[in-house]
Amino acid sequence: MDLPTIWFVLIAVLWIGYLVLEGFDFGVGILLPALGRNEPERRAMLHTIGPVWDGNEVWLLVAGGATFAAFPEWYATLFSGFYIALFLILLALIFRGVAIEYRNKRPELAWRTRWDWLIAAGSFVPALLWGVAFANIVQGVPIDADKEFTGTFFTLLNPYAIVGGLTTLTLCLTHGAIFLALKTDGDIRARANRWAGRIGLVAAVLAVAFLGWTLMLRGNPAAVATSLLAAVALVGALVANRLGREGWAFLGTALTIGLAVTTLFVTLYPNVMPSSTDPAFSLTIENASSTDYTLTIMTVVAIVFVPLVLLYQGWTYWVFRRRVSAPTSTVEP
Amino acid sequence: MDPLLLARWQFAITTVYHFLFVPLTISLAFTVAGFQTAWYRTGKEQYLRLTKFFGTLFLINFAVGVVTGIVQEFQFGMNWSDYSRFVGDIFGAPLAIEGLLAFFLESTFLGLWIFGWGRLPKGVHLATIWIAAIGTVLSAYFILAANSWMQYPVGYTVNEAAGRAELTDIVAVLTSPMALVTFVHTIPAAFMTGGAFVTGIASWRLLRHPDTDRPAFRTAAKVGAWMVVVSGLLVAITGDIQARVMTDAQPMKMASAEALWETSQPASFSIFTIGSLDGSEEIFSIRIPYLLSFMATGDPNGKVEGINDIQARYEEKFGPGDWTPNIPVAYWSFRLMIGAGILAAAAAAWFLWLMRRDRLPTRFMVATAILLPFLPLAANSIGWIFTEMGRQPWIVWGLMTTPNGVSPSNPWYAVALTLVTFTLVYGGLALVELSLLLRQIRLGLPTVGPESAPTGEGEPALALGY
Repeated sequence: MDLPTIWFVLIAVLWIGYLVLEGFDFGVGILLPALGRNEPERRAMLHTIGPVWDGNEVWLLVAGGATFAAFPEWYATLFSGFYIALFLILLALIFRGVAIEYRNKRPELAWRTRWDWLIAAGSFVPALLWGVAFANIVQGVPIDADKEFTGTFFTLLNPYAIVGGLTTLTLCLTHGAIFLALKTDGDIRARANRWAGRIGLVAAVLAVAFLGWTLMLRGNPAAVATSLLAAVALVGALVANRLGREGWAFLGTALTIGLAVTTLFVTLYPNVMPSSTDPAFSLTIENASSTDYTLTIMTVVAIVFVPLVLLYQGWTYWVFRRRVSAPTSTVEP
Repeated sequence: MDPLLLARWQFAITTVYHFLFVPLTISLAFTVAGFQTAWYRTGKEQYLRLTKFFGTLFLINFAVGVVTGIVQEFQFGMNWSDYSRFVGDIFGAPLAIEGLLAFFLESTFLGLWIFGWGRLPKGVHLATIWIAAIGTVLSAYFILAANSWMQYPVGYTVNEAAGRAELTDIVAVLTSPMALVTFVHTIPAAFMTGGAFVTGIASWRLLRHPDTDRPAFRTAAKVGAWMVVVSGLLVAITGDIQARVMTDAQPMKMASAEALWETSQPASFSIFTIGSLDGSEEIFSIRIPYLLSFMATGDPNGKVEGINDIQARYEEKFGPGDWTPNIPVAYWSFRLMIGAGILAAAAAAWFLWLMRRDRLPTRFMVATAILLPFLPLAANSIGWIFTEMGRQPWIVWGLMTTPNGVSPSNPWYAVALTLVTFTLVYGGLALVELSLLLRQIRLGLPTVGPESAPTGEGEPALALGY
């Protein structure tokens, strides 16, 4: 594998890391006002993601920074082209981040409820729009000979992309509900388990439709294999959820998201942003990448630090491995 | 409307706003780590209470710093896509490394610190805040190295065929004199800001509630004031070195900072000028002889090149055009930055004198203390305005002009929409944050139980959590 291809894989890994990890905290965020029936329950729900959500979000920043460093043309075309969509995502992430940190800073219920809705909305928008964005990248968007995006925000809102957005949205919801069942106790745990089963069915239908459509657009044998595995993982997750095997269910949805993102990157290869105007204008791994010198440095940094990050983030999950319960029901030791 | 102008305003607003929180995050992380270390080593309850009090203020501030930082990471691509294409091979690497080395450390270990009270062994818990604090400094280093490359490009070649600058020497980029001196100038400036913040709040508490927690807040007020004085000194020393590096790398910026139109030897420094700065006439000015020569060259009789000569030189080199930045902005921002910094350090030194031994702060002093944090905050912002506007018309000095860096296909209304929205949202967040800070300050030091509170999961221990 040459360096640009290695970095194509690494960018995919960063996005998988981001969507698998932030995927469940998006799900918990969206479910917060609906699944949490009262203040102690909502607090317990937030507590499950409290120590980790910010670290999860850094995967996005690193994916963005790494794209800038390894594929400047991709970074430039994508973020200037998907301007309004990205703006909406950023706005949502701003509100969400502040809301998670500020809701507990005052005791009044009205104050907390207001932030809860911002947490939900701020989780909903990116969970939907990242899917829309990725579907558009895979499908191809109008890009001219100067690598400039020539469409508008509404170019992005096509049926395929909307199915893609709904797929990521429902996958995040299922992933989040299963995470809640895994990390809580008592009523919330049972409720999260039921909701995961129901939303999971919708997610399964959408995911099959979206991945099937993707294969029809740009299928290749490898993508068929990864999307089949994604489907198996999702079915496995739902069965495990039904049986109350929460750890296995969570592994299942994590694998589903990871394999779905893998499918998208596999169909994309060797392009990074295909042009729907003329295939000759497509951004590819070769014409969008940085020099070998820069990629070598980045590779060394990644080899040293990515495992380290995984190690200490993993340790965080281990430190906070205990279930959280709403304070009214039981007091945790 | 001109998308270029809108994009520039957007960058200015989002960056200056973000940088209100960054210096506080850096310095408060260390301050809180310091208080917690004092508690760890002495076991004195007052240090634990200070840790929690300033820890909460730190987290309120950190939240906005984080979310505004996300915009920073993406706005190069959104509004400055041609810049990103041109410099990505060089500029992207420090940004990505910053994320991988620093952001992960900060966010992960802060999560551990916030929720780890009582769950992690005391020593390990203390280590988490120190690691997060180190993360903030690492982050500052990489982003300053990236910015310094825009001021003083090194370690690159321009590949004409590919139409971009390409990295040839990462070590040169990460250890350029501009990067190093900017780093050692910015970090103490951050500590001035945090020190002023701590002193201001502690003095206010001492005056309004002289009977509650007097010893703890006296300690905090003094620690903060010492931070301002010592880092103020470091800021002055490193600023002096930076001026010389700048004179070498960007002579036009130095000449503009002084509105020095004609090459002079020796050159005097004007503290204050009434009249136009266009070189035509000067109505009144207070000047210190030899000072500019000394600042720019290290020699009181050194020659400082004037704007007119540099402009002529650049026309020969880069072709016809106006190669000067906005002179009044450069002139005034340079002195306002220095003035605000000196004033802050002087006020803090005066505080230390007034609070010597057991003396309580006076009413007048407290009024000053409340204003004190705003001086370094202003100096930081104005310093960045000087740094960035003084580089104009270049986006990368000598390589790419700002109009050539903007995203070519963004319609003006899209840029206007994001500019207006971000500005309004940021303004709203500032009000919410300020109200929360004030509320927390009014609540005073949190109470901690006899066994020094951080016990399991009870409500008090969660004061920092959710």
